[in-house]
This record gives sequence, C-alpha cells and structure tokens, in this order.
Amino acid sequence: MEEANRDIKEAYKIECINVSKSYNYGEKTEVKVLDKVNIKAKENEFVVVLGPGQSGKTTLFRLIAGFERPTAGEVYVNDKKVASPNPKIGFVFQKYMLFPWKTVIGNIEMGPKLMGISKKKRREIANYYIKLVGLEGFENYYPNQLSGGMKQRVGIARSYANNADILLLDEPFGQLDAQTRMFMEKEIMRMWNQEKKTVCFVTNNVDEAVFLADRIICLEGKLPGRVNKIYNVDIPRPREFTDIPFIKLREEIKNNMELIL
Amino acid sequence: MNGREQVKVKNLFWISFLSILILILVWQFIVSSGIVPSTMLDSPLSVIRLFFDKLTNVNPDGATLGAHVLASLQAILLGYLLALLIGIPLGLLMGWYAVIDGLVRPIFELVRPIPPVAWIPLAIFWFGIGMTGKVYIIFIGGLVPAVINAYTGVLMSNPVLIQMAKTYGASKWQIFKTICIPSALPMIFGALQVALAICWTCLVAAELLASDVGLGYLITMGRRLLLPKLVILGMLMLGVTGFIIGYIVDKIERHLVSGLRR
Ligand SMILES: Nc1ncnc2c1ncn2[C@@H]1O[C@H](COP(=O)(O)OP(=O)(O)OP(=O)(O)O)[C@@H](O)[C@H]1O
Ligand SMILES: [Mg+2]
Repeated sequence: MEEANRDIKEAYKIECINVSKSYNYGEKTEVKVLDKVNIKAKENEFVVVLGPGQSGKTTLFRLIAGFERPTAGEVYVNDKKVASPNPKIGFVFQKYMLFPWKTVIGNIEMGPKLMGISKKKRREIANYYIKLVGLEGFENYYPNQLSGGMKQRVGIARSYANNADILLLDEPFGQLDAQTRMFMEKEIMRMWNQEKKTVCFVTNNVDEAVFLADRIICLEGKLPGRVNKIYNVDIPRPREFTDIPFIKLREEIKNNMELIL
Repeated sequence: MNGREQVKVKNLFWISFLSILILILVWQFIVSSGIVPSTMLDSPLSVIRLFFDKLTNVNPDGATLGAHVLASLQAILLGYLLALLIGIPLGLLMGWYAVIDGLVRPIFELVRPIPPVAWIPLAIFWFGIGMTGKVYIIFIGGLVPAVINAYTGVLMSNPVLIQMAKTYGASKWQIFKTICIPSALPMIFGALQVALAICWTCLVAAELLASDVGLGYLITMGRRLLLPKLVILGMLMLGVTGFIIGYIVDKIERHLVSGLRR
C-alpha cells in the first residue's frame, strides 16, 4: 500500500494471545504442541515464524486460519475472535494443495466461482493474479505439468484471487532446490510490494527469514512450541544476502538458535 | 525390471504361436488316436467344422451361433450398464451424504455377501426364463463393485481441499460436485473392469441355469445332447467374446483416464 509508514494505531490483523494447543492420543497421553504463544501482526506486515521441524508451526497456522480451536488462549483475526474457517485468510500449504483435475486458471478461479462471482469477472480476476505471480502462458497447464515453484505460485495466486487480506504461507519453498528457492524469495517480495497484504510466513531457514521479514518470531526447538525471541528487522529492502547488517542479524539468530536447540 | 532373461518381442510372438500350435496338435492326436472316447472330447478339427456349420444351422440347439452371441451380448450390456448407471451414483452419494449412507448401507451389507448366482432361483420365480432374469443377475453382480469403488473414491477426497472449499463458502452439494466426484473418478474407472469380469461370470451362470438362448445355453445343450464339441465351441466363443468386450472397455477406460489426466 502507498502509505507504508502510516501511523500505527495498535490495530492488529492477527493477534494470538497465550495460545496453547494440545492433542490427545487415546485416553491418557496428551501432547502439548503449542504453549502460551503470543504473536501479533499489523496490517501489511511481513511476519516470519522461524522454527525447527516439529515445533508446532503448521498447528499455529491452522489455529489462525480457524481450521481448529486452541486448547487455551485466544486467536483474533481482524479484531474478531476466530470461530470458523475465515475466507479472508489465504492458506498456501506446505505440501502442494491444488485441484489436480483443474488447470492453473481453473485452480485460481475456484474460490471466486464457489463464492458465486460471474464467469467474466472471475476470469478477469484470475488473469490479473496469474500475471502477478508470473504464470502467463501456463494458464491451461495441469498441476502435474508444473514445477514445485510454479505450483506454489498457483497457490499464492489462488489466495490473492480469493480476495484474502491475510496470507498464511506454510514453508511454501521448503520443497524447492536452493536456487529456485532464492529466486522465489525475491518473487514473493516483488508480489508483496506490488499487492500488499498481511503475510505470515513459516520457515526453518534463517536466511529466508532475514531476507523476507519485518519481524521474526523464533520458536523453541522442542515441543511444545514456545516463542523464544522476537527480532524486528529494519534492514532496508531490497536486501542482499551479503549486506553487513544482514549477515550480522543472521549470525545472531543462528547463535541463538543453537543455544535453544 | 526383474532379473529374468529378456526375450525379443518378435521371438516372443513365435514362441507363443508355437505353444498354441503344440496344444492343438496334441489335442488332435489324443482324439484321433482314440486315447479318449469321443463322448469325452471332440477333435479341434470337428470343432472348427461345427463352427462353420453353426453359422447358418439352427440345429441341434435351436439357434444359430450369431443368435447365441447376440443374446449374450445384449444381456451383458444391459446388466452391466444398468449396474454402473445405478451403482456409481449410489456409491458417490453414500460416500458424501451420511443420511443416504445410513439408509442404504445396511441393505447393501446384507446383500453383499450373497453370491449373485444364488439369486438365480428367485430370478426364475420372478422373471421366468429369459432376458429379464439374466439381466437381473448380471446387474446384481456388477452393482457391488460399482457401489464400493465409487464410495471408496469419495472417501479418498483430500480433506484439505474440502476444508478449503468450505472456507470459500461452498455448499455441501457444490463440494460433492467439484471435489468428491472428480476425486472418485480414478477409483470408478478402476471398477469398470472388475465389474465387467463379475458380470461376465454371472451371465454364463444365468445362461447355464435359466435361459433358452445364449452362449451359456449352447453349452448346456451340448451337455444334454452329449456333444462335447458343442460345449467346446460355446466355451471358445465365450472366451473370444469376453476378450473383445474386455478390450473395448479397456480402451474406453484409457480414453477416459487420459481425458482426465491429459
Ligand atoms: N491433528 C493432529 N493430531 C494430533 N497430533 C498432531 C496433529 N497435528 C499436529 N500434531 C502433532 O503436533 C506436532 C507439531 O506438528 P506441526 O505440524 O504443527 O509441526 P511443524 O512445526 O509444522 O513441523 P514441520 O516443520 O515438520 O512442518 C507433531 O508432533 C504432530 O505429531
Ligand atoms: Mg509444518
């Protein structure tokens, strides 16, 4: 959005207050996955949740998206307590989740179609976001004809097309090779600059976190997931992996992560 | 690839050809040398002669070979298509709508363990001996795999996709249409051959026991008239016809699958 530095009026798009989540396995065993997690995201902020494998990151996202309810604590989205899946939230999944029998454009149009938007209008919307994510020329491809990076682009376009104002990206580039991954990180920055949204992004990769984030929320390494530390990243964008402040922050986070692992 | 020695495709053809040739020669030898009596087995030559004779001759069983094949084809086609037409939608609905599942499942589970052939006596009571009874048995046989596969197919739909569609405000019917049915298609295609094989067996059983025309009936007549060659001719015709139908269904299935996957 144009007015990037507008006054912060303490209104949060996402607010997790002391959120805990446990799962029951059978009668007795209860596993605590999240413990008193606090996360806040302001409008158009890019928040990265950084945590090692199995620290409850996906679970946290499911709670924010309203797929599940927390065991304790509260989740607010747009100042409303989350009680059911929220169409204003776009979810890009860790595992590619496209409709295999639909083309790229068919996948992107799905949300608008189910919401009853006219054929002409939803084609327009889809084409716009196909352009945004850089998939022109691939409109009529099927998911099994796309590379991993392209599939995630479709997922991102789908969230945008759905008019989501919050994007939850769950390790979207985790399955990509290092090179494609770096390229996609630049691409997501480009998209986000072009069409600002509130973004929550999960990763286990420190470089990725520092490159993308306004704020990095570090989770602890063992279950239950706890917020260990929060870093505000004010390195100006576009960032370079070789900038001095970039390297300094990365080392700091890495050292800290080693301590908690 | 397994460790087995690989044979060139061309050679494989000749080897297969040879094995069948040997079978026929041995068969001819056994019969013409009188090792087995002609009440047990007729020679391949006499079967071939009978084949050409039966193309036009209605004796001794009352219909030409063409009429028998046609009657069998008609029955299997009707029963098979009916089973798919009713079984697939039923299975799909059962998979998605709990109420329909609750209503139909108990009856279905009651009928399922009864071999379709066991229905033949009742079918005779109800429909007499003829086309309707045959179609009924074939229908029962094909219904079970059609329902089960469609049902399982729906259950295999990706829950995350369903969750997502719900988030977009999709109705239950919309989710059924846009997610469950496409998800179930591979399983449904898988049912085509399975159902066909069962239907084919049911056809023959029904014709052996409750029919006055058809390839199964031809075999029964051969038995009654003590004519092994008539029985063998019926069996061979069943093999050939079954193979051709299977081939056609396979082609259709491939066509549908490639249409789906592209
Ligand atoms: N629906 C569920 N029922 C029971 N246990 C669950 C459920 N979802 C997650 N868990 C458990 O919670 C823990 C954390 O899972 P989660 O998927 O949130 O971690 P993650 O940080 O996203 O891991 P990864 O880095 O592998 O994606 C795991 O031990 C998992 O077994
Ligand atoms: Mg995860």
